[in-house]
Amino acid sequence: MTLVVDALVVEIDGTRVVDGVSFAVDDGQRLGLIGESGSGKSMTALAILGLLPDGARVSGSIRWDGVELIGMPDRELARLRGDEIGMVFQEPRSALNPIRTIGRQIAEPMRIHERIGRREARERMVAEAARVQLPAPESIVDRYPHQLSGGQRQRVAIAMALAGRPRLLIADEPTTALDVTIQAEVLDLLLGLVTDEGMSLVFITHDLAVLSQVATDAVVLEHGRVVEQAPIATLLTAPASPVTQALLRDATATLWRAADDDGIGS
Amino acid sequence: MPRWLHTLLSSWTGRFAVLVVVGIALTAVVSVFWTPFDPMLSDVRGRWAAPSWPHLLGTDGTGRDILSLLMAGARTTAFVAVGAGLVATLVGISLAALGALTVRWVRESIAVLVDILIAFPVLMIAMMISAVWGGSLWVVVFAVGIGFGVSIARVTRPELRRVQQSDFVLAGRASGLTAGQNLARHLLPNVAPVFIVQLSWSMAVAVLAEAGLSYLGFGASLTEASWGTLLADLQRYIGVHPLTVVWPGLAITVTVLGLNLLGDALREATDPTLSRRSAQVHVPEVIA
Repeated sequence: MTLVVDALVVEIDGTRVVDGVSFAVDDGQRLGLIGESGSGKSMTALAILGLLPDGARVSGSIRWDGVELIGMPDRELARLRGDEIGMVFQEPRSALNPIRTIGRQIAEPMRIHERIGRREARERMVAEAARVQLPAPESIVDRYPHQLSGGQRQRVAIAMALAGRPRLLIADEPTTALDVTIQAEVLDLLLGLVTDEGMSLVFITHDLAVLSQVATDAVVLEHGRVVEQAPIATLLTAPASPVTQALLRDATATLWRAADDDGIGS
Repeated sequence: MPRWLHTLLSSWTGRFAVLVVVGIALTAVVSVFWTPFDPMLSDVRGRWAAPSWPHLLGTDGTGRDILSLLMAGARTTAFVAVGAGLVATLVGISLAALGALTVRWVRESIAVLVDILIAFPVLMIAMMISAVWGGSLWVVVFAVGIGFGVSIARVTRPELRRVQQSDFVLAGRASGLTAGQNLARHLLPNVAPVFIVQLSWSMAVAVLAEAGLSYLGFGASLTEASWGTLLADLQRYIGVHPLTVVWPGLAITVTVLGLNLLGDALREATDPTLSRRSAQVHVPEVIA
């Protein structure tokens, strides 16, 4: 087991936002954390990286390769972040620094962890930009985030998270802020890269339809508690908990609406 | 040439501002080694000389060369502007950082402290200190520096707080930056535009304050040349020799204008989203 989360509790200013969550992610496994907003899925992700907001108290256990991450000094955690565990955030608009070129941001993790020079960084940022299929990678690395579209920005964020070749990628609703068509493309890209590298994935979403495309297993959260934990196929065919059933209804409703729009359903 | 410098020099106001500021700095440095005449040397027979060779801007009521006085005064101006700027930076950044990035009770106390301090009128306090303990340029430097440091903190603190809550700051940490590195790479550069405008404004006010306090007799001592003192000396004779008053007045006005424009131009140059040049660059809008 690469990542083992055991009885994780997160309290922020006295409120329990994560209440005894346990799950494990194997090498190359793709796990989904799914639940409505406020179910504690993002906080669980931030707890893994040790990046919870001020005033948060964590207890329980998070083990990475058998090493306990809770209580680890920040300096040591910083060595893991971006190098062994990468993260993609929800909002491409704010996930990139507006005053740095996207190339420098893509190269940031490698410059931190590998101490490479300017020229090598340049070559590799272009390669990474090409890897996430950004147009004209040679010149786009000199652009600023506001000159890119939302989908392009999310590709930059993915390139950034993967530049350090992490073994685990945490993606926090990476496609929620995007248009539906672009959503599918970014999802394909993400899945392709993760499977190519044999990376583990923790994918956070509130959308079962999206999750069914990327993950093999899922943990369903409600009010910070695990309500169901099963392979995706089981969730889709025989959802046990009311929460999962509701999520499934939402997902099918979306699919039917999409089909309606395409003129298939009617 | 770095991109920001290019943007800075691409507008008229930017070029003017750089010209003024570099001009003052150079004049101040040159005046240490050379001025056309000794600025403090009076020549009773050469009083009120009209602008001509060798007194390019004429002489004052004691026969001192006005150009030399202005050059020596530039030194005082530069000292006060830079000194007050440094003090304001130190005070402003420390208060803003303490007020934005620490634990809650410190943050909130700092916010209240800043709100209280900002109520004190800077020039009034400088005058009070000068009146009680005697005036000097240091009083001007610290009064304006601390006063404007507080205003800088007032404006920078919420900005720092806003930037700190952005995802890219979290993303920087997620890439493996330590908190300190993240501060230097992502946080401070993003509040720089706001900070720079405030800083240049505070330097401009420092120049005005020095001139004003020296004019009133609270700033530069009698042995230090100052545009404010010179203005006060000359304006008594404004009815007889109106042209002489123009020179120190012009020097003060141009300097203050230059510093203000420099702030605006620098803000535009350091913020790529504001730059007209970068907005015009064609980006292939491939469906991503």
